[in-house]
Amino acid sequence: MSDPILELSGLTKVYSGGLKALDDVDLTIRKGEIFALLGPNGAGKTTLIGAVCGLVRPTSGTLRAFGQDLQSDWRQARARIGLVPQELSTDMFEPVKHAVEYSRGLFGLAPDPGRIEEILRSLSLWDKRNNRIMELSGGMKRRVLIAKAMAHEPDLLFLDEPTAGVDVELRKDMWHQIDAMRARGVTVILTTHYIEEAEEMADRVGIIRKGRILMVDEKDAMMARLGRTEAHILLAEPLAALPPEIAQFPVELEEGGRSICYRGGDGTGKGREEVADLTKALIASGIDYVGIDVRESSLEDIFVSLLGDEEGEAA
Amino acid sequence: MIFNARSAWSIYRRELWRFLRTAFQSVLAPVLTTALYILVFGSAIGDRMPDVGSVDYGAFIIPGLLMLTLLGETTSNSSFGIYMPRFTGTIYELLSAPVGVAETLVGFVGAAATKSLILAAIILLTARIFVPYDIAHPFFAFVFILLVAASFSLFGFILGIWADSFEKLGIIPMLILTPLTFLGGTFYSIADLPAPWDTVALVNPIVYLVSGLRWTFYGSADVSIWVSLGLTLAFLFTCTAVIAYIFRTGWRLRD
Repeated sequence: MSDPILELSGLTKVYSGGLKALDDVDLTIRKGEIFALLGPNGAGKTTLIGAVCGLVRPTSGTLRAFGQDLQSDWRQARARIGLVPQELSTDMFEPVKHAVEYSRGLFGLAPDPGRIEEILRSLSLWDKRNNRIMELSGGMKRRVLIAKAMAHEPDLLFLDEPTAGVDVELRKDMWHQIDAMRARGVTVILTTHYIEEAEEMADRVGIIRKGRILMVDEKDAMMARLGRTEAHILLAEPLAALPPEIAQFPVELEEGGRSICYRGGDGTGKGREEVADLTKALIASGIDYVGIDVRESSLEDIFVSLLGDEEGEAA
Repeated sequence: MIFNARSAWSIYRRELWRFLRTAFQSVLAPVLTTALYILVFGSAIGDRMPDVGSVDYGAFIIPGLLMLTLLGETTSNSSFGIYMPRFTGTIYELLSAPVGVAETLVGFVGAAATKSLILAAIILLTARIFVPYDIAHPFFAFVFILLVAASFSLFGFILGIWADSFEKLGIIPMLILTPLTFLGGTFYSIADLPAPWDTVALVNPIVYLVSGLRWTFYGSADVSIWVSLGLTLAFLFTCTAVIAYIFRTGWRLRD
């Protein structure tokens, strides 16, 4: 396992109104990874980011970044952390380059026109450097926020819902930007409720709900462990009951016996092999079929299923 | 104590840039208002008013009018400086930066105080066009204006953190500072008030500021310059302590 870059232990936040936004969160982020924190609205994602970045005062727990205590050695640690907020919060009257230079200076770094140019070019903002931020499109504004967060060359970058409300094209473009950050060695923690985003980008995934981390795992391992294959086989003639050689598979009859539904596997492809065996067994049993629809479960299915299980337990 | 000079300089420079960006509103408007006061009360009506002590009435009101503008503009500039980032959400950047109370104060309050000094210089030069006056103690005048600008920048900073609406932001300068300055001897000497109002007036803290500044201009005032200086310094330290407490507890800054 790589060195931990961020370690949260027993992190709890109770707001003055009594809302427990974070409930005893333990989380370790590894250096160089892209970590996706998934959760529905109000799950505590932004509060968690706020606690690390100094926007929220934790009620209890410890936070360590780069091996330093974030509450006592906050200056050194914060100088290496960047944040791209969810809201488009910036001085809209300010020219792009001016805003990015300010961010670099605010974090205590000497002016470096070459570095600022490099950042602006990498985000396709160089041509807009003298434009006021208010003159840019929504997507460009979000890029400015990324440029501001990158201006002090952070080692750990938080992206809070980086693609919320942006169109598909821009979302894919943003994914390329995040990939480029990883290539530069930046550890990225992104929160999102677009599961597709986590599926596309993340090395590891954490699922948070009501301030509690429900699960943290490698994305591929999580999908292998919790993933399923689902196949629908449309029969040529309806069946009244499944013969024993077919019933040994994890199947059931649907649509009044007109189709067989298979649910099994583990997300590693084992399910597809079993579906192939099932079709052979059907032919061997003289059961004809006219169509097959096979689908691997997505991270979204896992996410929904996990949250559903949690709801069930709570009830 | 660690002090990040680059961070402080960045905040300071940006705040001044913001000031220059809105120079028409932030410089011209207060200068024009003060110039009108001086023109009407100093030049037009002042000729028919008796001297106050040995000072011509037109010249007598200049320190008070300068204080009136200085207090209002300094408090407003400083309070807007910190309130706007809170209102628009851009304060996230300041709070997530390796920046403490010292850098924040040097940046925001220093910039607000600088704006006030620029404004004061322009007002004094403009006043010279309408009313002849001399400054008896220029060094003390500079120090006193600097102290008032710094302390009310700090006060405005507290106001900007306390306020949770634009209405609250305007209440203190409009409903408290301006009336207190008008009643604080801007247009008259406290000594000329009938008893017991000459004593009651001393409860008004602005009296000490107007009086202190007037002393630096003409060498005489309603209260001792040392009392004025002492109270101004006490106000400055109190505001600094309050801001240090706000940063330590995160009141209205961090959830």
